[in-house]
Amino acid sequence: MIDREPEEIRDRDLMVGGDEQFGDKAPRRYQRRRPRQVVPDYIDWKDVDFLRQFIPERGKIMPRRISGISAKDQRRIATAIKRARSMALLPFVWE
Amino acid sequence: MANRTYEVMYIVDPETPADKLTKLNEAVGKLIEKEGGTVVRMDDGGRRTLAYPIKKNTEGFYILFEIEGSGQEIAELERRMRVNDMIIRYITVRVDEDRKKADRIREKREKRAATRAKFRPTEESAAPEAGV
Repeated sequence: MIDREPEEIRDRDLMVGGDEQFGDKAPRRYQRRRPRQVVPDYIDWKDVDFLRQFIPERGKIMPRRISGISAKDQRRIATAIKRARSMALLPFVWE
Repeated sequence: MANRTYEVMYIVDPETPADKLTKLNEAVGKLIEKEGGTVVRMDDGGRRTLAYPIKKNTEGFYILFEIEGSGQEIAELERRMRVNDMIIRYITVRVDEDRKKADRIREKREKRAATRAKFRPTEESAAPEAGV
């Protein structure tokens, strides 16, 4: 671990956090986006219409790099979506 | 113990006759009162299509209770719901802490908006929605 070449470490550092390297292609960088939605102070897990804004077609939770909301809000929304899913208000997967 | 607020939602089998459903809801309310809690709100969501089938049902009656209490009645209620055949799914969510947090955030924002308005009264009158 300690004897690792400095270049190697730098390469690995590139892999984490948004950047992905495939073969000789340049790492893909994500543009930080401004949130399109206003997140309320209290997120109601029963408010399906609001939560749907964070669910693309497939039914997955929209990643933060796309939605652009804060980490705190993302956590709260993810929890709310999971609660709604368990009560069959939202599907786990859409076909 | 401090008062806590819970939201209890359960889905009832769609085959259940209406009189049995009302009886079940009354029994839940009575149980909560007996265990020392209070029912703040009882909401009948009616028949809804499930997002995915549960126990081969594609529909279900959604019932929502808002309960204030110590948490003991929740434990008893969950035990009963687990063994009840009519209830196909249930969830309990503690909401008082999140609501308090939301109130605090709102207060802070209002205070900040007020301070801003004090220093820049002309801009405030032009744009009343200063805070987010």
